[in-house]
Amino acid sequence: MIEAVGLTKSYGQKTAVHNLSFRVQPGKVTGFLGPNGAGKSTTMRMILGLDAPSSGSVTIGGYPYRQLPNAARTVGALLDANAKHGGRSARAHLLCLAQLSGIPARRVEEVLGVVGLQDVAGKRSKGFSLGMGQRLGIAAALLGDPQVLLFDEPVNGLDPEGILWVRNLMRRLAAEGRTVFVSSHLMSEMAQTADHLIVIGRGQLMADMPVKEFIAHNSTDFARVRTPDGAPEQREALAAALTGAGAQVLPEPDGALRVTGLPLPRISDLAHAADVRLWELSPHEASLEEAYMRMTQGAVDFRSTADQRLGLTAPAAPQPGPGGAFPPQAGYAPPAAAQPPHPAQPLPAQPVPAAAPAAAPAPPAAPPGGHPAPAAAPAPEHATTRLAALPGPAAPGQDTSSPEDDR
Amino acid sequence: MDTTTAGRVLRSEWTKITSVRSTVWTLAAAVVVTVALGMLISLLIRNTFDELSTADRITFDPTLTSFAGTSLGQLAMIAFGILVVSGEYSTGLIRASLSAVPRRGLLMAAKLTVATALALAVGTATSFLAFFGGQAMLGDHRTTLGEPGVLRAVFGGGLYMGLIALFAMGATWMLRSPMLSFGVLMPFFFLVSSILANVPATEKLGRYLPDQAGQRVMSVVEADDRPYGPWGGLGIMALWVIAALLGGYLLLKKRDA
Repeated sequence: MIEAVGLTKSYGQKTAVHNLSFRVQPGKVTGFLGPNGAGKSTTMRMILGLDAPSSGSVTIGGYPYRQLPNAARTVGALLDANAKHGGRSARAHLLCLAQLSGIPARRVEEVLGVVGLQDVAGKRSKGFSLGMGQRLGIAAALLGDPQVLLFDEPVNGLDPEGILWVRNLMRRLAAEGRTVFVSSHLMSEMAQTADHLIVIGRGQLMADMPVKEFIAHNSTDFARVRTPDGAPEQREALAAALTGAGAQVLPEPDGALRVTGLPLPRISDLAHAADVRLWELSPHEASLEEAYMRMTQGAVDFRSTADQRLGLTAPAAPQPGPGGAFPPQAGYAPPAAAQPPHPAQPLPAQPVPAAAPAAAPAPPAAPPGGHPAPAAAPAPEHATTRLAALPGPAAPGQDTSSPEDDR
Repeated sequence: MDTTTAGRVLRSEWTKITSVRSTVWTLAAAVVVTVALGMLISLLIRNTFDELSTADRITFDPTLTSFAGTSLGQLAMIAFGILVVSGEYSTGLIRASLSAVPRRGLLMAAKLTVATALALAVGTATSFLAFFGGQAMLGDHRTTLGEPGVLRAVFGGGLYMGLIALFAMGATWMLRSPMLSFGVLMPFFFLVSSILANVPATEKLGRYLPDQAGQRVMSVVEADDRPYGPWGGLGIMALWVIAALLGGYLLLKKRDA
């Protein structure tokens, strides 16, 4: 267990971390979230005894890191994918870290296999991509088979397959009863990986709660309603009817409507009463991304301004967006995960989520109904997760090989 | 427990130092440059010996002449020292190393031990090669290991190489960045120290600079009125080295990694 009490770090005038107190429990993946510059990496370095806190303390299993008996066998960390000497091979890099901690050399081959780098292990790591660097860093963290694992932005630079692999790895490590602490600024990633969330902004604690609770606290459910394309009058009529019944209706960029405040059956009834056909009526749970954006809106250090390009180009005529103008509170794009791309003419080839039985002409691939998938897109992704996890011969506690790492 | 920890860290540092090519390149450059330049200058001196002034002929030091390549060869040794230490910092590897060995002094001591042992071994080999090569070129003007002071000078040459590398390591531990370390140490040992030691105004102080004092150990014939002997000179250099290492250690302890 990692426990921080009143952890504070300042560099001169600037306070990077302010009075941070939290606990990271074993057996769970704990996501550590915050915008760039929020103090995530600083906190990680203080946990590892690399940076000294200005005040407060952080302990692992009751010990400050530098007093841990056999620290390297207790705690494994990935801090920076580039933390390797470019002239040294992956194997030599891991070997010197293993020797440093008194870990037998054969363990190096094992972790190289786990992260799928065995074929390039003899090459100088100078030519490694960021993703390969991440894999090497994860291998280094796993070397000592530690009970406590810290990963700072482990999925940066990984391809989708690698991201899936990291996600499974984290979950497996936590399922083995280890303490897994993962920092990220990717909300969508954490939604699928973490059980518990610690959110910081500008060095201060903003939330410390289970993922589910975080979403429930920070967002409302909504329904996506889609009227037939090419019939804007139906859309207008439905919007009017829904608003009249007390719902809040927002247009989405692809022409659908986002409805909050009414249960799904009521929306269907209203549509029927207004004589509007529906192509989609699906329940959604606002994603972690949205909840997080709302929470940290005031704590973003680096905010971009519009690029005026003054003197560079002739002023372009304002372009109407695909869904017309939509209100500023929908200023961020809905997370990609919650919105599979719809073709211009939505044909049943694109499987509509099971819970949208309304008007879509019987999607052939739709799973059996009655399965309350809260968000549309994560469902297929979870399925992939399970599929990828299944054939793995690796029983918990034995991570010597896993099929998706074979390359 | 403690000896095994030290053993592990030493072994790890040995793996680190032998698994990068820069080790081979810098050490090979130190050997080649020192020996080849020493031989070249020895050959030139032999061919022009008759044109030397009487004073120069009386104080001619064949041992020191064969070490003429040291002034350039030592730069490769300094590069070796810089790269051994800054390789940890330029990559961020230091964080992984210090997470594995939270006792920072132990990590530093192990790295210094391994690198210095290597530098001393290569330095001593260089010294003997430079001596024999140089004497072979000097022909009639040569000296032998049996002459008084010569063996001391040759071993001293090896020690000098080890100490200069160690000084570079200590300084780099303070400066951390390879660019900064090269930028400070290279010009200093290539130009600044020899200028300070040869300009009359700063001569007296310049003689106490690490390389100027240390190189005294390589001469057999007393050529000028230096206030210290060969071992005294090497001792002054050792004090500089200790100061650099102490500074490096204190900063390593105190600073965030």
